[in-house]
Amino acid sequence: MRITTDYVIQFLDTVAARIKEQRAYLTELDSPIGDADHGTNLDRGFSAVVAKLPTVADKDIGTILKTTGMTLVSTVGGSSGPLYGTAFLRAGTVLSDRYDLADEDLVAALEAALAGIMMRGKAQPGEKTMIDTLAPAIDALKSARAGGADLVTAVREATVAAELGMQATIPMLATKGRASYLGERSIGHQDPGATSAYLMITVLGEVVEQIAAKASS
Amino acid sequence: MVVLTMKKLINSPESLVRDALEGMAAAHSDLIRVHFDPDFVVRSDAPVHGKVSLVSGGGSGHEPLHGGFVGRGMLHAACPGAIFTSPVPDQMLAATKAVDGGAGVLHIVKNYTGDIMNFEMAAELAQAEGIEIASVVINDDVAVQDSLYTAGRRGVGATVLVEKICGAAAEAGMSLAEVKRIGEKVNAAARSMGMALTSCTVPAAGKPTFELGPAEMEIGIGIHGEPGRKRLPLASAHDILGMLAGAVLDDLPFERGDEVLAFVNGMGGTPLIELYIVYNELVKVCAARGITLSRNLVGSYITSLEMAGTSLTLMKLDDELRRLWDEPVHTAALTWGM
Repeated sequence: MRITTDYVIQFLDTVAARIKEQRAYLTELDSPIGDADHGTNLDRGFSAVVAKLPTVADKDIGTILKTTGMTLVSTVGGSSGPLYGTAFLRAGTVLSDRYDLADEDLVAALEAALAGIMMRGKAQPGEKTMIDTLAPAIDALKSARAGGADLVTAVREATVAAELGMQATIPMLATKGRASYLGERSIGHQDPGATSAYLMITVLGEVVEQIAAKASS
Repeated sequence: MVVLTMKKLINSPESLVRDALEGMAAAHSDLIRVHFDPDFVVRSDAPVHGKVSLVSGGGSGHEPLHGGFVGRGMLHAACPGAIFTSPVPDQMLAATKAVDGGAGVLHIVKNYTGDIMNFEMAAELAQAEGIEIASVVINDDVAVQDSLYTAGRRGVGATVLVEKICGAAAEAGMSLAEVKRIGEKVNAAARSMGMALTSCTVPAAGKPTFELGPAEMEIGIGIHGEPGRKRLPLASAHDILGMLAGAVLDDLPFERGDEVLAFVNGMGGTPLIELYIVYNELVKVCAARGITLSRNLVGSYITSLEMAGTSLTLMKLDDELRRLWDEPVHTAALTWGM
């Protein structure tokens, strides 16, 4: 599969639209275990990204993703800003000077993004964070690819794993971020960061399906 | 027309941080300037050449922290975020560049996940531009008990003490490493705990952060309305101070013969007369325990919007810390000796 600049822009625009749609839901999830601003903050950040994209639309994919990362860092605030910002910056660094990507490049960019989040947040799987969505999704993607699956199938499996990972945060005890001050009271709530990460993985899946549909039509 | 559903002296939730910063700039033009986009408050005489500079910052809603402590003998710049939300690295980087006098910049960071990550990114960016950066993380809140399973103890009252004492150290011409050492020493010698009689309302949310019944209080709150250790029936100032002092004194621990600085802080909605009642109770507790209260600060210096309540910070003093505390300071919120 060949992923061009246009599809990267489409991915970012669609993520922004999905976050805007789900803004109230994300903020509601953030009320019992955070400070009720996850949807608002991410919507502000991705709206700024959408406003900035036309200025880099003719640049390489690395530049587009790094600009996205810097914009998120500058506009989201809180901890989601540095976390998602670092994720896009790291993915952009892996894809410097590239105008189209092969399947392996997408996997490498996702791995770099996850490593960036884990470094910035000093967090591991099982701590009720966005990592609990992203780590199993990337593992599923890689093992499907290793088993010979095409990218569409592998991303479908990643999306399923992402959803299960997100749901698995419900019974978890939060040990990172503001939710951790709640101790046992954090149990029973789905993590808002794991949820926004799931939205991004679903959008990635939709874009990959579209590219495949276009290629076969 | 903006329809307001809460009783606050604001024009709109969207404009309130900027409106307040503009007012601060107008009120204290002799001490500070305010830079907008990115937002930061900076000493009017910055950069001070050849001396270490101090930059702090955090969510708004804790005034006078941090902007009210910008001036001679304390901070060189402060970065205000949205209400209760960490500022972003652009602000910290711009403030750091504005105050760098060539001797390095110390970032004073309260231990909250967002603040830590944003200051880390700012430090990486500033270092990439050739500015020497060190940081001190404040984590004095004893209400967070099990720090292995949490983001760690929060930075609360000791922040004011670190900013004052490091400010004096920087003014005296100490090196970046020395000013950092002093900041860490203050943090290690200080412990705090707070309590709330009422919740507070973040303007953008429009409703109280948590619900507290008319006869209830929350012991061990943070400065963003985070939950505390426990919810109890309302009690007297004597009993409340007893709980706070007990937790604070036993944690370090402070012992018979120690000399301490006591900081009795109002959370934003508590009148000064009540803070003096709390201080009076503290005097009795310390007398009974053989602890000497040799310096004090009583007033609302690190707040949580209009929350009623108090926090107690105690710091063990030695000659070095006492001398630096007594050095002159001239800021919007704290002034003595000049």
